[in-house]
Amino acid sequence: MTGSETTLAAALAVPLIGAALIVAAGRRPNLRDGIGVATAAVLAAVVIVLVRDVLAGARPQLVLVEMLPNLTLAFSTEPLGVTFALVASVLWLITAIYAIGYMRAHHERHQTRFYAFFAISLGATMGVALSANVITLFTFYEALTLCTYPLVTHHGTDEAKRAGRVYFGILLGTSIGLQLPAIAAIYVLTGGLDFAPGGILAGHASPAAVAVLFVMFIFGIGKAALMPLHRWLPAAMVAPTPVSALLHAVAVVKAGVFAVLKVTVFVFGIDLLRTTMGSGWLIYVAGFTILAASTIALFQDNLKRRLAYSTISQLSYIVIGAAMFHPLALQGASLHIVAHAVAKITLFFAAGAILVASHKTCVSELDGIGRRMPWTMSAFAIGSLSMVGLPPTAGFVSKWFLLQGAVATGQVVVVAVLVAATLLNAAYFLPIVYAAFFRPLPEGAAVHGEAPLASVGALMLTSALTVAMFFFPELPLALARAFVAEGQ
Amino acid sequence: MITPHLPVLEVALPLVSAPICLILRSANVAWWVAVAMTWAAFAGALMLLAQVLDAGPITYALGGWAAPWGIEYRIDLLSAFVLVTVTSIGSLAILFARASVAREIPADRIYLFYVMYLLSFTGLLGIAVTGDAFNLFVFLEITSLSAYVLISLGSDRRALTAAFRYLIMGTIGATFYIIGVGMMYMMTGTLNMADLAARLPGVLHLRTVDMALAFITVGLSLKLAVFPLHFWLPNAYTHAPSAVSVFLAATSTKIAAYALIRIIYTVFGGPAVFAPMPIDEMLLGFGMLSMIAASLVAIFQDNMKRLLAYSSISQIGYMVVGLSLGNVEGLAGSIVHIFNHAMMKALLFMAVGCVFYRVGSVRLADVAGFARRMPITGAALLVGGFSLIGTPLSIGFVTKWFLLEGALEKGWWPVAAVVILSGLLALVYVWRIVEAAYFRAPAPAVEGIREAPAIMLAPMLILAVVNIFFGVDGTLIGDLATAAAQALIGSGP
Repeated sequence: MTGSETTLAAALAVPLIGAALIVAAGRRPNLRDGIGVATAAVLAAVVIVLVRDVLAGARPQLVLVEMLPNLTLAFSTEPLGVTFALVASVLWLITAIYAIGYMRAHHERHQTRFYAFFAISLGATMGVALSANVITLFTFYEALTLCTYPLVTHHGTDEAKRAGRVYFGILLGTSIGLQLPAIAAIYVLTGGLDFAPGGILAGHASPAAVAVLFVMFIFGIGKAALMPLHRWLPAAMVAPTPVSALLHAVAVVKAGVFAVLKVTVFVFGIDLLRTTMGSGWLIYVAGFTILAASTIALFQDNLKRRLAYSTISQLSYIVIGAAMFHPLALQGASLHIVAHAVAKITLFFAAGAILVASHKTCVSELDGIGRRMPWTMSAFAIGSLSMVGLPPTAGFVSKWFLLQGAVATGQVVVVAVLVAATLLNAAYFLPIVYAAFFRPLPEGAAVHGEAPLASVGALMLTSALTVAMFFFPELPLALARAFVAEGQ
Repeated sequence: MITPHLPVLEVALPLVSAPICLILRSANVAWWVAVAMTWAAFAGALMLLAQVLDAGPITYALGGWAAPWGIEYRIDLLSAFVLVTVTSIGSLAILFARASVAREIPADRIYLFYVMYLLSFTGLLGIAVTGDAFNLFVFLEITSLSAYVLISLGSDRRALTAAFRYLIMGTIGATFYIIGVGMMYMMTGTLNMADLAARLPGVLHLRTVDMALAFITVGLSLKLAVFPLHFWLPNAYTHAPSAVSVFLAATSTKIAAYALIRIIYTVFGGPAVFAPMPIDEMLLGFGMLSMIAASLVAIFQDNMKRLLAYSSISQIGYMVVGLSLGNVEGLAGSIVHIFNHAMMKALLFMAVGCVFYRVGSVRLADVAGFARRMPITGAALLVGGFSLIGTPLSIGFVTKWFLLEGALEKGWWPVAAVVILSGLLALVYVWRIVEAAYFRAPAPAVEGIREAPAIMLAPMLILAVVNIFFGVDGTLIGDLATAAAQALIGSGP
């Protein structure tokens, strides 16, 4: 094993070892939470080393086990995968700190189970990010659904059970019902499932088969939350906020759009898709999702639900980036994975901090709260700007590339959708910021301060990252460029 | 010195030990004898598998009488594979049975349970090793007759009617089979499978031979409980003692699937017979119907054992569909599912048996919330459930992959769609159990219960590990099944 192969193995093993240690230390909360943060820190360090190796040109590979002849659980690295791994692991570290403040202040029960499944979920995310073939991607995609289920239903109430059914029904139903048969079909057609630059399907399938398989994949990846398969995401909001923040704004949903990008570029190949009649439909589905989800978000009073619909809309930015089958648009999609992650996690952290400090969950209750929680609401404002796509935030960078891609391919529809979405985003985020800072506090409002220091520190950090990505986009940009170069 | 006689010892030892247990009339001694016999048979099966892999099929002339006159035992890769499946289940279920039957069967009849268990075990092994079509009937009856008794030992009085119904249906099935064998004998003058295989191609155009195959297929389908010939199965599995449900659900229908594969592929020459006699299309249709219809019924069951029984009918559909695809991948899927379904259903029935041991009921409403008190049993149920659904890294995925490959290779995507749909329906009924186990408020009977005794947990955990291990690394069973399927399809003209 070379050095970078060891790093690759470590990235997969660290979260699982951490989960085991968390369970072992279950009776001592301080030790347990310490282990949680330490695990996240080690993973982030490991992934950073991996990113450095990949940028330097290394492509470590690892075959774990042969499930069936020609069907292996195997891992490899490429720039998009490590981008996703980097985002997930660094934000996990911040979430781990945030969660300590949140879970303790909110007196959540079953914290050991919570942290253990959290760590396993991150392990599954690493598996998705670093998978070397479609079946490995599928396996860890399913594992991610399974080990986030106990987190979604954490409270064990009837509401949680119902939400769990929707979550499971849509995610497993689409992946088993559409994705798996598509994978089997590709295996029968090509005799292999390894991701390869330029795709593996060209020359093996008729244009009609390519079109059908592409539909099956896109709708089989329910985690990308394309309408009409988006319902699981608002349902998952019953989970504790750290879960919504890291898993349902970063790890799980990004696993979905990551899978869309990966399959588009490394299984079908953008050249094949561009020349296949009728693959333009994805632009319309994604565009519709962007606008419809934004419109629904306008009318959500529950803050977390509004954020969830915003996520649905933002995920389709990435899908639309993939659907243009153009290098610049793909760069934009890759960048948006990073940009949306840092900004949306900030917004969720803020929502959780508001809940912990003031027990408020609705947008209509937030008048004047900026005076009680200035740091939290400032971070919220930065996250909102990034959602809208204004400088000086990360959201501007990715949207810039998406627009460039749209212009380069002459997709007027995409340009129109992005412009309209910008207005809609402004319409449902900026009033919150306005009310928090400029409306007076209601009569007799309870006196409270900021959330615990761990939580506020975490959300300050992510909002700083959101701004930093605007001024220093070199690393994500380099990874995005390398991804596009590798994909052709 | 023993090695050349392994094929006959495999069957003779449990057969001889059964009457010994009957004479001794001691439950304790009977258990020890049964444990010794099943584990010896398991070891023997592994040795036979190794021999077959090493040196090809083994033939053994019973009593030294050469083949056309005497009975021939013939063990090829498929037989050895099925032997290992049956003996591994038999040796694990007997461990589980000790505590379970002590709770469920009156003390003065427990030794009878072990006697019948050994006899049924003998019959299953005999079916797997024999190379004679009539001898197969004899063993089929040995295993079925003892199964009727085993089911009637259930503490519920409905077990008697369930056993009676199984007896009627099982006897009809056996009769159909023997009628078919009689017709074949009429036309070819032999009962030896190898001879039949050599002579049948010459007479395939005759109406009598077609009828023989039709009778045998229907007879074995009854034993196999293919929809709509399944009516005996749900009651039998529901009202039988837990240990009997474990043993029968994991072995008896599987051995019928083996017999069907043996008759269609070895005796009638596999795909070649499908042209004059389209039983593949009929089996494919009924197999798919089993997969969907039985799953739909399973969704609405409130009794866990009955739910699993309907799930079994649905899973039998996988085997029938696989063997009727007629290509190597499909047949391999069918063969590998004999092993896979045995492992997952034994695991699930054991978990339900553990719950019954502590709670005294298997109705979802009565056992709500049990997983919090019995975490190991709950986890075992999850593992078995994932296998039923066929999620990756579980043993069920191996089957599903083979079947998808087999169906798509022929371009029969509707079959692939049915396989997928059946997995989704499994998700629904498995999740009903999971939600009841983990999410509902604990039922009164569940308060204060503990885990089941270690002797019930140990075999269950072994099966859980098997379910995961061969799901993660399915190459061993996958290669064995593929090689067996290639041998069967290659053996045709």
